[in-house]
Amino acid sequence: MPTLSPLIYTPATELLRRLQEGEISAVELTQAYVDAIATREQRIGAYLRVEAERALQQAIAIDDRRRKGHTLGKLAGLPVAVKDVLCDKSTRTTCASRMLENFRPPYDSTVVAKLKAADAVLLGRTNMDEFAMGGSTENSAFQITRNPWDLERAPGGSSGGAAACVAAEMAPLSIGTDTGGSIRQPAGLCGVVGLKPTYGRVSRYGLVAFASSLDQVGPLARTTQDVALLLESIAGHDPRDSTSLDQPVPEYSKSISEPLKGLRIGLVQEHFAEGLDSEVESAVREAIRVYESLGAVVKMVSLPHSKHAVATYYVIAPCEASSNLARYDGVHYGHRTDQVAMLAELAEERKLLEGAKDEVGLERLDSSLVRMYRRSRSEGFGQEVKRRIMLGTYALSAGYYDAYYLKALKVRRLIRQDFDHAFCEVDLIAGPVTAQTAFRLGEKVDDPLAMYLVDLYTVSANLAGIPGISLPCGFDKAGLPIGLQLLAPPLEEERLLRGAYMYEQANDWHKHRPKMD
Amino acid sequence: MPENYTTIIGLEVHVQLATKSKLFCRCSTQFGAEPNTQTCPVCLGLPGSLPVMNRQAFELALKTAVALNCEIPGFTKWDRKQYYYPDLPKAYQISQYDLPMSSAGYLEIADEKGTFETKKIRITRAHLEEDAGKSIHDEAAGKGDSEIDLNRTGTPLLEIVSEPDLRSSAEAKAYLQELKLMLTHIGVSDCNMQEGSLRVDANVNLHIDTPEGKIATPIVEIKNMNSFRAVERALDYEAPRQFRVWQETGRKLGDSPKQTRGWDDAAGVTRGQRSKEESSDYRYFPDPDLVPVLISDDQIATARKSLGELPADLRKRYVDVYELSSYDASVIVNQGRAVIEYFEQAASESGDPKSACNWVTQDILRLLKENDRGIDEFEVSAKNLAGMISAINEGTLPKPRAKEAFDLMLSKGYAAQQAIEELGIEQIDESAIVELCQELLNKNPRIVSDVQNGKLQAVGALIGQAKKLNPNIDPARFREICLELAQQTTS
Repeated sequence: MPTLSPLIYTPATELLRRLQEGEISAVELTQAYVDAIATREQRIGAYLRVEAERALQQAIAIDDRRRKGHTLGKLAGLPVAVKDVLCDKSTRTTCASRMLENFRPPYDSTVVAKLKAADAVLLGRTNMDEFAMGGSTENSAFQITRNPWDLERAPGGSSGGAAACVAAEMAPLSIGTDTGGSIRQPAGLCGVVGLKPTYGRVSRYGLVAFASSLDQVGPLARTTQDVALLLESIAGHDPRDSTSLDQPVPEYSKSISEPLKGLRIGLVQEHFAEGLDSEVESAVREAIRVYESLGAVVKMVSLPHSKHAVATYYVIAPCEASSNLARYDGVHYGHRTDQVAMLAELAEERKLLEGAKDEVGLERLDSSLVRMYRRSRSEGFGQEVKRRIMLGTYALSAGYYDAYYLKALKVRRLIRQDFDHAFCEVDLIAGPVTAQTAFRLGEKVDDPLAMYLVDLYTVSANLAGIPGISLPCGFDKAGLPIGLQLLAPPLEEERLLRGAYMYEQANDWHKHRPKMD
Repeated sequence: MPENYTTIIGLEVHVQLATKSKLFCRCSTQFGAEPNTQTCPVCLGLPGSLPVMNRQAFELALKTAVALNCEIPGFTKWDRKQYYYPDLPKAYQISQYDLPMSSAGYLEIADEKGTFETKKIRITRAHLEEDAGKSIHDEAAGKGDSEIDLNRTGTPLLEIVSEPDLRSSAEAKAYLQELKLMLTHIGVSDCNMQEGSLRVDANVNLHIDTPEGKIATPIVEIKNMNSFRAVERALDYEAPRQFRVWQETGRKLGDSPKQTRGWDDAAGVTRGQRSKEESSDYRYFPDPDLVPVLISDDQIATARKSLGELPADLRKRYVDVYELSSYDASVIVNQGRAVIEYFEQAASESGDPKSACNWVTQDILRLLKENDRGIDEFEVSAKNLAGMISAINEGTLPKPRAKEAFDLMLSKGYAAQQAIEELGIEQIDESAIVELCQELLNKNPRIVSDVQNGKLQAVGALIGQAKKLNPNIDPARFREICLELAQQTTS
């Protein structure tokens, strides 16, 4: 086995400095990651598509421009992996779905456009749960992704590929999306840092929507410093996204090392309840003691409506999903059923009905258009996506709307209010990311409810629109990473990162790496 | 049984707002482009694309709502109306459901011919929404190919829904004409029905007087009416049809679901349409991609100010200030902004609105109609018409010759003065008339004696001769002077 370049273990911020000072070239760095992928990817399956050739071409061009003294972007030469849910006109965007298996968008998402403008090297597209629906990446239509810490375990999801590729040193930085915990939960289970920004902090333009009012794009990396670097490169107002916030973007990577003075940390009573694994609990409590040792004051806060968060989430997200995914009907793009087989099927049914003189059946028989919709969608979507489309369609139906969607919106407002009240008392809220460490592949695939509960501690932040970060805070006896979640008020990413950095500096959990070779 | 019923009509009008770009993206709304050339990821509904509201569309909608006397809330939002159709690429239409941008307005309609009383038609609501694309079905081929043009997808529409306040096809037509006049007058839409900028659906039923009391028939929605005339004809067809159906079946409102019927213009009948596939539940919910719109009092005030005088205000002013008959005032105002502006200019520059009105309503509108042209193409400009009216009033253009001058202005594009000169019209002073009179009387002693004997009409022969000698002679004045001189002549 060839020895891999030590560059792959180096934090992105350090790599950027070396690139800028000419100590290393973008090609050298990109090649280091391409080599790492070549050796490790087969075991992990983090990438749906590795775009080594394109990445190397980009790297060559960046090195060339650097030699000529041209102005380069902020991330010039740094490899970044992108979750396969953000449109990039130079490749396909599949959302890990058969439906979009061959979909090549004619435009760049704002985040991808920003990465390109920053001269990031785009390494490839990472695996995910189909349309970002799931918590284990097992809902990908194409492949499973394995947790680098234990190949029999799931990396979490839906940004499982994004977390696993960073954990396995197959990318220094990666972009994920978080609708109910899809960045923080896999980051926690894979022992890396992942940040979900405030809703509206990063443009959603070109992010294939799952649940529009909850979706947010965010960075994953191995250190908080690297996460800050990537966040400031993708955040900012976008006139193409009405829900994006028109607020200046602080230089997170510069302010991150300033400790927070007089920090008040809130612990959520409801987070330390039944179901929380004792090893996870003790790691989180130990992290709190570290904060106390750094001068922070710790207070208990209550989020009384958080017990309804998962239920609320599983009304709102499927409702929006059912609407957002209605466009995949086989008419304009995406998967369309085989027409010959479809017409043959219809003809066969008609014949049977005619034979049975079933007038009602004939009356109700699909038109070819409806049958085309039905078959295309049945074939194109996986089980979990169908389940959520059905949940959402049901909840939005006449007569159910008030009882489900409207009520969920009301609870959502109460959840946000809980946070508003809590943040009057404390600066940051700390707690576990997940109740358990990484679970076994296949363990929850037949139990959707158990799978939904992995979002228990993370969904509230999406419902409230507040930023959250997941960072390593220890390991269980099986050697699996444990994540600490910090939450901050809206647009307080700076505070969140500074708080996370304080903790990170006080220990070396983030330096532990899975044994890969 | 006598046909003793009232027709109850409510209209749903969709007007395309006169924006350059679509409601949620920057694609052009220009009519008639090659199919699918005015599209982008947003209006194609591609994965990941997001809508952003066109401010101008909202302003035009607000202007309309104010002109329709609507109540405007401080807060309005967007909703998704969900259904599957190949020309709806997102599988939902962005529309407004429970919090429309305006409600509870009215539009006053009148009929100068008196077929109905002047009345206020209540407007239930007016809301903004995006248009769908166009499906082109090759029906001749049976199965054939269906083609979709998405140029129209995302075009801003204002849906204006009236209360069921209309009682006849004449009222419906008057409502549509007044609405169109208003919308074109304030410049929010061109209301071109051929290009689909104005579309009308009608909800119709009957209230039938029976010995047992009043009975309402099931409501029918009529679609596919492509002109105001078609609306009129469809309603005239539909009311007696419903009466017949009621006589045959006795079916009342509530006995059957709302039916949709299409107007077949060639056959002159409405026909039942197959109801859309499971379309009854649109599963409306607030569009999470769009932020709600806040409307300030300032915005409403600005919209109100931008309206200027509305057609109803103009009619009133023409009667009150210009002293036109209300019939004439309506004739002018109903022609729309171009004629109104023409008339206003001619009236103010000549200082004689009544004459301006007479020329416009009697001569100019007739000529325009005969030649099927617009007033902006008319050869006699408002300025020139005003000049001609002034010349008449100042006496430089004798009234009897005004028509000649007008024709010349029309054929050669002359100003009034040029026409007067070309016609050789000049004012003749009194002494010249006296001189000519004397000369002719001297030559015709017979006429003098006839006059003296009381046969005053004898001077008629001299008027003809005088006009030949000098076409500028005012015949009336010539006659007066002639008679006077003849009486004085001693024989």
